[in-house]
Order: sequence, then structure tokens, then C-alpha cells
Amino acid sequence: MSHIQNVSRRGFVKGALSGGAFILAASIVPDVVRADTAKDTPADRAILHPNVFVGIEKDGTVYIIAHRSEMGNGSRTALPRILADELDADWKRVKIIQAVGDARYGGQDTDASHSISSFFSVMREAGATARLMLIRAAAEQWSVPIAECATDLHVVVHVPTGRKSGYGDLAFAAAKLPVPKKAELQLKSRTKWRYIGKDASLYDLEDICRGKAIYGMDARLDGMVYASIEHPPVLGGTVKSCQNDEALRVPGVRQTVLIEPFTPPHEYQPLGGVAVIADNTWAAFQGRKKLRIVWDDGPNAAYNSDTFRAELQETARHPCKVVRNQGDVDAEFDKSRTTIEAEYFVPHLAHATMEPPVALAEFRDGKVTAWVPTQNPQSVQELIAKAVGIRKQDVICHVTLLGSGFGRKTFGDYAAEAAVLSKRLGKPVKVVWSREDDIKFGYYLPVAGMYLKAALDSKGKPAAWLQRSVFPPINSTFDSAARYGSWELNNNWIEVPFDIPNFRVENGPAQAHVRLGWLRSVASAYHTFAVQSFVNELAHNAGRDSLEYLLDLVGPPRIVDLEIPGYKSEPGYPLDIGRLRRVTELAAEKAGWGKRKLGKGRGLGIAAHRYAHTYVASVVEVEVTEKGDLRIPRIDTAVDAGTVVNPAYVRAQLEGSAVFGTSIARSGEITATNGVVNQGNFDDYPVARIDEAPYQTNVYIVESDAPPAGVGEPGVSVIPPALCNAIFAATGKRIRDLPLSRHRLI
Amino acid sequence: MNQLKVNGVDHSFSGDSEMPLLWYLRDILGLTGTKFGCGEALCGCCTVHVDGEAIRSCVLPVGDAAGKEITTIEGVAENGPHPVQKAWMDLNVPQCGYCQAGQIMQAIALLKHKPKPSDQDIDEEMAGNICRCGTYQRIRAAIKAASAGGAS
Repeated sequence: MSHIQNVSRRGFVKGALSGGAFILAASIVPDVVRADTAKDTPADRAILHPNVFVGIEKDGTVYIIAHRSEMGNGSRTALPRILADELDADWKRVKIIQAVGDARYGGQDTDASHSISSFFSVMREAGATARLMLIRAAAEQWSVPIAECATDLHVVVHVPTGRKSGYGDLAFAAAKLPVPKKAELQLKSRTKWRYIGKDASLYDLEDICRGKAIYGMDARLDGMVYASIEHPPVLGGTVKSCQNDEALRVPGVRQTVLIEPFTPPHEYQPLGGVAVIADNTWAAFQGRKKLRIVWDDGPNAAYNSDTFRAELQETARHPCKVVRNQGDVDAEFDKSRTTIEAEYFVPHLAHATMEPPVALAEFRDGKVTAWVPTQNPQSVQELIAKAVGIRKQDVICHVTLLGSGFGRKTFGDYAAEAAVLSKRLGKPVKVVWSREDDIKFGYYLPVAGMYLKAALDSKGKPAAWLQRSVFPPINSTFDSAARYGSWELNNNWIEVPFDIPNFRVENGPAQAHVRLGWLRSVASAYHTFAVQSFVNELAHNAGRDSLEYLLDLVGPPRIVDLEIPGYKSEPGYPLDIGRLRRVTELAAEKAGWGKRKLGKGRGLGIAAHRYAHTYVASVVEVEVTEKGDLRIPRIDTAVDAGTVVNPAYVRAQLEGSAVFGTSIARSGEITATNGVVNQGNFDDYPVARIDEAPYQTNVYIVESDAPPAGVGEPGVSVIPPALCNAIFAATGKRIRDLPLSRHRLI
Repeated sequence: MNQLKVNGVDHSFSGDSEMPLLWYLRDILGLTGTKFGCGEALCGCCTVHVDGEAIRSCVLPVGDAAGKEITTIEGVAENGPHPVQKAWMDLNVPQCGYCQAGQIMQAIALLKHKPKPSDQDIDEEMAGNICRCGTYQRIRAAIKAASAGGAS
């Protein structure tokens, strides 16, 4: 077997990952990631493997590495298709290999909707590199100029003679050639793309539908035992005493194991507690019920979410830290005859991934092999290494399919639990979280109180605008002293692009009392709710159509480039108001805004923003029945995500986002009493079901050749404000705090 | 000792009769297509057929399933996908896919009772199955497609 020898080792520039997730990975991968050693994947073992993402075997099989996690986002299909396109490979002959956690692939933390935007070029170049080597090998064999050779779906063709040679037949010769430099590559023109921009089904579609796909929950090893863990009910709590005699009498229970509490800050560490080890999941669950534990609840035992909410809202009523200041808002407030203010509130939210956290790990001979449904396998390597006292490179983290992620599975606490237990027990351990564990021990989206105020001119348009948000920061997960938001403020807060001369943005302090994390759409879930609701209130106050008013605030097409310390717009992704206007107008037009006759109790609401470099607008139609029940007959969403790789799954993501946003608006709420989370399952943490979800979500993709952007999250956070604006249009009832389940709609 | 017939194969189980069928299928038989979602019959991920009826296997004790015909997602079709599975594939229903085995099992049972279900029938019969990715409108469309395609 021949491997390319003269491959230069390339440095992997790691970004500053403080707080983990929201640093876009474009800067943390080399231009083309190259293999530095032969590793053990079929792609690496293939005859031709010019870089870590692709290998071609002599039978023509093309192995492509999927290095990002698949959780319904479609990246396991879309990224390999980009590579396959530039390779001019036959998709039917592509086998996708899921990468283990390994820094050689660059960033693998599948969050922040950036798999495509960060790796579009990398994948193209990886495919084009292999393609050029195959062309050069064929030209050499045929003794013809390279310029006379082209590729056509898995074969190299000598254009003047029509002579052909398959990729598999050329792989051996190609592998002897030097790997071309980036400057030598010729990427396809857009018009030549075979796969990019074309609908594709998920690579795993049939396996999923036939029950053969393997999720973390399905991982098995011979000799493994099952563990279910009773965590401290309050964050930071510890075990005072534990009586396990009754638990041990449950058939199938083998033993109990004390797991040490974390050292603050909690980061991704296990919470500690008592694990029940058993022969099967059921016995472990039953054993847990029989544990008698006395807890020391620790420093968060006084946390009551109702009191906390009042504190957040009170903080938001007073001047806070200024994070953007333009013009003189106070002067305008002083001289204005009309000011309007409003308070908004969004509670803690839980991810409730369909597959609860689960992990299988085996500690053997000083090394750990784990099978984890994780968004962040390199972090799992680090975490396990630290938890069991070994080196990161001695942890192999296999990434299974994820039964959804939504941000929860960037946190690998459950994987570390499995590794710690396996080391203690000397056998493979599968840790299974119950749904109650999932809901009660989440990394919740921060609860947020917001205050907005506008001074209006004679036409009802703001001459000055003030917005304050107060929320415990997600950085508290990494820094116990954190009180202020950081990158959350870039989630549709600092960059609100309204054409208003005096504009001030503030952020107030709050302390976290539960674990906090990013949840699909993150701070945008509360920021966009406040901003887009307030716009609607001002439109109503001015007696103007809310679409027209929103477009007026957004202003004329232009590039907004804010120069604000701590805020940076991503290079290559300027905030383009023309694109924002276009999606807004398109969604409205498709929804029949101002034209369609709506029945009794019906109304339309709109919201628009940019998130993850994607411009999105949704028009929600609601029907509020005479009994006050809410139906959502239709949502029209327009999206401009730049260059689109797989339109089928862009539509799917936006359809799903509409449902996810509906769940947030209707019923999403985590509360706590004396530090203990009150919710535990889908009865008290309801999510939208088929009869509560939007009946029909129509998605319109704006054609664009701008750089690709993200689609997993942007469509979520426009839904709650658009929905509440629609409820206002239908009923005159203004909702300023979520969820709707706390309100009567008539 | 409980005798169970799963996907046409006879098994005997000497363990705890109170163990929910879900965990017997998954942990004892290794049939992992049936998923765990909530343990309280609230989400439908664990839906299987017992004597042709859709039930939540997470709350059905093995002892109560003894002597009955149990069919899981692995057993609904032998050669090639079932028409409902086919409809799911044609319409690209799954996103993460974790709930879809339960959705498909519920939909097969629905179509057995109501070969041409109305929207209201679909709401009523499918409301017990949560899809957190939010694939509901495609689930509805796939059920209608399978219905029009003559699913049994």
C-alpha cells in the first residue's frame, strides 16, 4: 500500500476558544488540511489520499470524511457533496466515513451554524486537489498535455481522442505525484457544479427510515454495563450520605459508584452524584429510585426563578453598561414629546434533544475509546483525558449520529461520566440519561429581561432608540465570576441595523445559578423577540402598516459597518441591508401581506433579521379561536443564505426552525424553586406536537452567489416575535413575555 | 419465564416481567431501531406494534406483551422498505431521524385503521409522537402519499 510521502506537515492554527463555540472556524483551519501521518480510516488507507478528507481506492470507491456532526443539520451529506463536486466524483460511488475527534480535521465543534461557511472552500480545495492529481496521472500515462485532459463523472478524459480512464485505475499513479499547491488548483465555475445547489437526500436516509442507523443510544460493546446517575438536584450540590442497600436489592443492579463533584467553574465537567451500575438500562433506572441520598445543596439553593426574573427586569429599568452608543439618546428623550417604553422577557429554555444525553466509553490500558453523540468530539477528548488522567491523544472519540443536538451536545459532561465510570469498573460503561435528567440538568439558554424605549418624531418614527438586555451570561459556565454578556451581544443586539440617528445598546449584570449554554439561535431567541416585537408596537402606535414600518426602520439598501469595540463583523460577510429588505419583502409578498383576505380571528405578523450571516424573514399567520386556542395555519419564510449547497435541507432546516420557534413561543419555560428545576418531562416541558406546530411552512430561497452562510439557527428566533405580532393583529393582545402558555389569548 | 414473539421470531425471557418491552427489545435483544425518548409514553419514540396495534413500548411490561405478536421497525418489511418507509424517503422526512421509527410505526397503524386519513385523523393519531426537529408537515405529507399509494 502506497501513501503519499512528500506531504508537508501543516500547522493547525487553533483559535482562541474561550467560551468554546462562537468563534467561527474559518480562521482555525489551514487553507487545505493535509495528512501528516497515515491514520486508520478507509480514506487514509486508500491508495490515493492527498489530504485528510478524501481517499480513492483502486476499485474507484471514493471515501470522504465527514468531520462535522450529523444531528439533522445535513452536514454529513452536504460537506462531502462539495468535495465530490470538485472531484467530479460519482456520488453513488462515494462512501462517507465519520471522523473521530482529531485536530487534523480542523474545527469539529458543530455549532453556530457554520459547517458549510467555514468548510466550503476547504472541501472544494480538497476535492480539486485529488482531481488535479488524477488528471496529471492520466496525462502522464497517455503522454499528452494536461490541458487536453478533463474529468467527467469519475473518469479522466483526453478530450481530443475521447480516451478515458477511471479514477480507480489512476489512483496508484496519481498517488506517486506531488500534491499540488493551492495556487495550482482550478476550481469549477459555478455553472459546472453537479451537486452544489442541487437537492440531495441524506446519506443515511434509508438506514434512518428502516431503524438501522446508529445513534449514541444504540452503541453497544460486549461486556458493557449500564449506568444511570442521580445528580445533585442543585447545581454545585454534593452528596452528604447515601444509603444504597435497597438499590442493590433490585434485580440486575450490580453496584453503586460515587462520582466526585466538579471543581468550579463547572465547564463541561460531570455534575457528580451517585451512579447505579446494572445489567440493563431498566435495572439501573429502578435502582436509582431506591437510593436514599442526603444532599448538601450548596451555594445555589436559594435560587428561585420568579425572584430572579423580577431582579433582571428591575436591573433593566436602570442605566447599564453601554455597549453601543450612537448620537445622543438622552438628549432626544429629554426633548421628545412622545416616548414609548416596553419590557420583554424570555425564560430559561431546555434543549430537550429527542435522544437524551448518552455515551459509551471503555477505559483500557491507559486509553479510552468512546462512542458519543457529540457535537464536539475534540472537546470530549480533552474532557475525558482530564477526567481520567490520561493524554488527549489517548482518547478516541467516535461520533455516532446524534438524535438532535441544538447545542446541548457540545457539552460532553455525559461522555466524561462514562469514561470515569469505566475506569473505576474496569469494563465498558454506557451512561444513559433519562428524560428527567435531560430536562433537569441541562445547559439552559439564559433567562433574559429586556427594556426598550424610543423617542418618536411627528410621524411616529424613532428619533432615538434605547435597548437594554440583562441575562446571566453563558461565560459563567467557564468563569464563575462572569456577570455580563460578551458574544451574546453580537446575537442580534449590538448590530440591530436600524436607520435611527440616536441609538444606544446596554447590557446589565446577572449571576448564573444553573448551568448555561448555547441553544439553537442562542441570544437571538430573546433579543430578536424584544426588538421585532417593539418595532411592531411602534408601528401600531404610529398607525402604520407593520411591514412598511419595519422596512422604514431598516432603511435604504446599504452596507452597515459598525465600528464598535468588541464587535466585529466577520470578514467577507458585511451586513447588507439590501439583502435584509429583500427577504422581508419576499416573505411578505408570498404571504399575501395586505392582499390576502383573512378569516375571523386571524392575523399576520412579521419579523426579520440576520443571523449566522443568513438573512431571514418570516410571516406567521395565526388563528385564535373563540375559546382562545391558537392555531398556526401557515408560515412563509424567505431566506438568503448566500450560496446554497443542498436546497432540500435548507428548506428542511427552515421548516424545522419554524416548529422549534413555535415551541419556544408556546410553551418553552424552565423554572426553578430553591435551586431545583421544576420541569422534568414532556408533560411539564411541552414542545410543539403535530397539531400545535405550523400546519404549513413555505420556504423561499433567494438565489445568491454570496459566500455560504448558516441555516440551522437563523430561522428559529424570528418565529416568536412574528407569532406574537400575528396574535396582536388577530386579537389586539400584546404578548411581551414568553411563553404563551402563561397567557390567555382572549 | 415469558415467551415473546418479535418480528416473527420466538424468544423466552427469564428476567423481570416488569421490565418495559422497550428495554427488552433494546438491551436484551439488541433491536435498537426502537428508541428511548421519555420513558412515560409522552413522546412516541418507542412505538412498536403489539398484535398490529401501535403501543408505547416504554410503558408496556414485558409480561403483558408475552404471547403476542410484536413488530418493530426492523420487522415491518422484509425485502425493501415498507410503503410508508418509502414515502418517508421520497419526501425526505427525517432530519436527525431519531423519532422517525416511532413516527413510521404510528403512521403504519394509522393507515391500517384509516386508509385515507383526514388532517384531523392525522392530528389525532400522530399527536403523541414528538419530532423535536419539526418534520411534522413532511410527516403529514408522507402519510398522505403512502395513503394515496395504497399502503396496507
